[in-house]
Amino acid sequence: MTRELLKGNVAMAEAAIRAGVDAYFGYPITPQSELLEWMSKRMPEEGRAFLQAESEVAAINMVYGAACTGARVMTSTSGPGISLMAEGISYIAGTEVPAVIVDVMRGGPGLGNIAPSQGDYRQVIHGAGHGDFFPLVLAPASVQEAVDLISEAFDLAEKYRTVVFVVADGSIGQMMEPVTLPPMRERKRARPEWAVGGAKGRAPRRLTSLYLKPEVEERVNLRILRRWREAEAHEVRYRGYHLDDAAYVVIGFGTAGRVALSAVRAARSEGIRVGLFRPVSLRPFPTQAIRQLASQAKAFLVVEMNGGQMLEDVQAAAQGQVPIRFYGRMGGMVPFPDEVLAEIKALAAAPPSPADDPRGRWLAQMAQA
Amino acid sequence: MTVSAPSKPRRKLKLVYQKPEALTDKATHYCPGCTHGVAHRLVAEVIDEMGIRERAIGIAPVGCAVLAYDYFELDGVEAAHGRAPAMATGIKRVLPDSVVFTYQGDGDLASIGMAEIMHAAARGERITVIFINNAIYGMTGGQMAPTTLPQQVTTSSPRGRDVVTQGYPIRMAEILATLDGVAYSVRRSMHDPANIRKAKKAIRLAFEAQVRGLGFAMVELLSTCPTNWRMSPIEAMHWVRDHMVPAYPLGDYKVDAALKKLRV
Amino acid sequence: MPAKGWVEIDEALCKGCELCVAYCPVSVLALDTNRLTPQGYHPAALVEDACTGCNVCAVVCPEAAITVYREVIPRRHATTV
Repeated sequence: MTRELLKGNVAMAEAAIRAGVDAYFGYPITPQSELLEWMSKRMPEEGRAFLQAESEVAAINMVYGAACTGARVMTSTSGPGISLMAEGISYIAGTEVPAVIVDVMRGGPGLGNIAPSQGDYRQVIHGAGHGDFFPLVLAPASVQEAVDLISEAFDLAEKYRTVVFVVADGSIGQMMEPVTLPPMRERKRARPEWAVGGAKGRAPRRLTSLYLKPEVEERVNLRILRRWREAEAHEVRYRGYHLDDAAYVVIGFGTAGRVALSAVRAARSEGIRVGLFRPVSLRPFPTQAIRQLASQAKAFLVVEMNGGQMLEDVQAAAQGQVPIRFYGRMGGMVPFPDEVLAEIKALAAAPPSPADDPRGRWLAQMAQA
Repeated sequence: MTVSAPSKPRRKLKLVYQKPEALTDKATHYCPGCTHGVAHRLVAEVIDEMGIRERAIGIAPVGCAVLAYDYFELDGVEAAHGRAPAMATGIKRVLPDSVVFTYQGDGDLASIGMAEIMHAAARGERITVIFINNAIYGMTGGQMAPTTLPQQVTTSSPRGRDVVTQGYPIRMAEILATLDGVAYSVRRSMHDPANIRKAKKAIRLAFEAQVRGLGFAMVELLSTCPTNWRMSPIEAMHWVRDHMVPAYPLGDYKVDAALKKLRV
Repeated sequence: MPAKGWVEIDEALCKGCELCVAYCPVSVLALDTNRLTPQGYHPAALVEDACTGCNVCAVVCPEAAITVYREVIPRRHATTV
């Protein structure tokens, strides 16, 4: 396999093409526009559907339509676009059709800025839309991992008939790294038994998210929930680094996890027994693995590029077994390894008490900086 | 009244009309006399006559016709409010040989879905749009629609639509006719048998435009809402004739040259 | 003498809206107030002999509830009419 130097957004786009995506519908928004641009060139070359929609609202509903035919279909956007897509995402989930959505996260709320952020964590783990459903959410920490997760995302979407998010913070989308792209996959041809496409030689099929009778809607809700439980049981993904003898565990995803790894290695060289736990599936969240670590470690340090959105899930997983320190940067600021190293040292020197409020302590620290 | 049973003719009978195959046997949920049922029937007749039932995919809106997919004997999907043209685009782009139509009301198409309809039309999507204009929101209980006439009383314009504060009606057939991607944009009415026959011809041409790859096609159909207009079905038909037709002139606003030559 | 017609009304579908009654050019349709459909409406019914099978009732029917027939007139009759 040859390695190529590719920008994250381009690599994700080409990975989707290699994974056999049949159609892409999107709308330009920084910092993901190169993904759409690459698709505009490559999809027609491959004889597949590309369309720049009039809005993210339209884009997600085009995705919805194509998904109903059993096509492999995707879109990509950033937080403001996810907000607009919330409606369509909910309909896709309610209709139980598969789709892949790439969110290249930027600073927010509102128009925010175009710098890398992890501020959409809460938004995407709940799928952004209304009602009871559960998307799968995958978070790469490198361009190569983004490529690998894109391929996997389509398979997962089809397996669980749901929405799969690949959330890359802006730095993953914008950075260039050497990557190995997968070989071009055969595009699947057989249409799933639920897909619409013309009632030729069979009874008509109808795809909807409308169930007027509450007892029927409840059955659908339960079916979606059971499918989600299957995903919870089988699709938890994470990476551990230097955890075998770790007294202290840093937890971070995406770019925050990657920055933390540099800090963990630096701390190791200074003799601190610290490891990194990096959730790759944010939904399903690696709750059990974190709970296990909480029973062994002296303290956790959660590092995020937001105000502690994943922190709450780590706290819930840890069940108070371990004191937790939090360090976050917001607004499009990316933490430097030195900052995280300083946090690790502070954690090792004076572990917090279980009664501490990690976010409160961190806010006080930020006020002094 | 007392019914005297007429005698069945003794000579051999030939079938003149029967329910189209593209309709299911389900009784609709529409109110008595509502012309949604007429529009459904006309679409189904055209689909039967063109022999396209097995490659047709219908897209239902949000509004009174939300369950339309249950009434057509063909593949169907249900869109979010106003998004049917975007959903149709997604389907048509991956299945270009399918025949895709949306069925949308005035709130769906001309209010919340204005962006989606305009851009699908501007792109010249090869889809057929059946637009039901009854000047009111039916399903939610008779509120003002973008197509509500000036001074028309609705449950959200109780003193009549005041154009100074609530704006003017929107004429979609004329607006869409200005777009280059549009092959067919016409307005018809369903207020009497003669007009219903003309409406059917227009629906036929709107599907022909798609099948022949000519571009986007829309038929705007002036329709009744007896329940929310608080009229009998026949009064509602007359209200369309007397009040809607003057405000929404019937006619061909754009017809591709290739369609003009067709005899249907 | 013009051909005679015949209509059958599917009472499972008819909602008694009376559009067929109002538009019938020969006034042979009326609601049968002695009957109730499964949906609870008085159905339309053919009440006179003069039906011509002109199909107007089916054209206005919102429920596609009406099937229309017309007599086949043998050729020898047709030429004498």
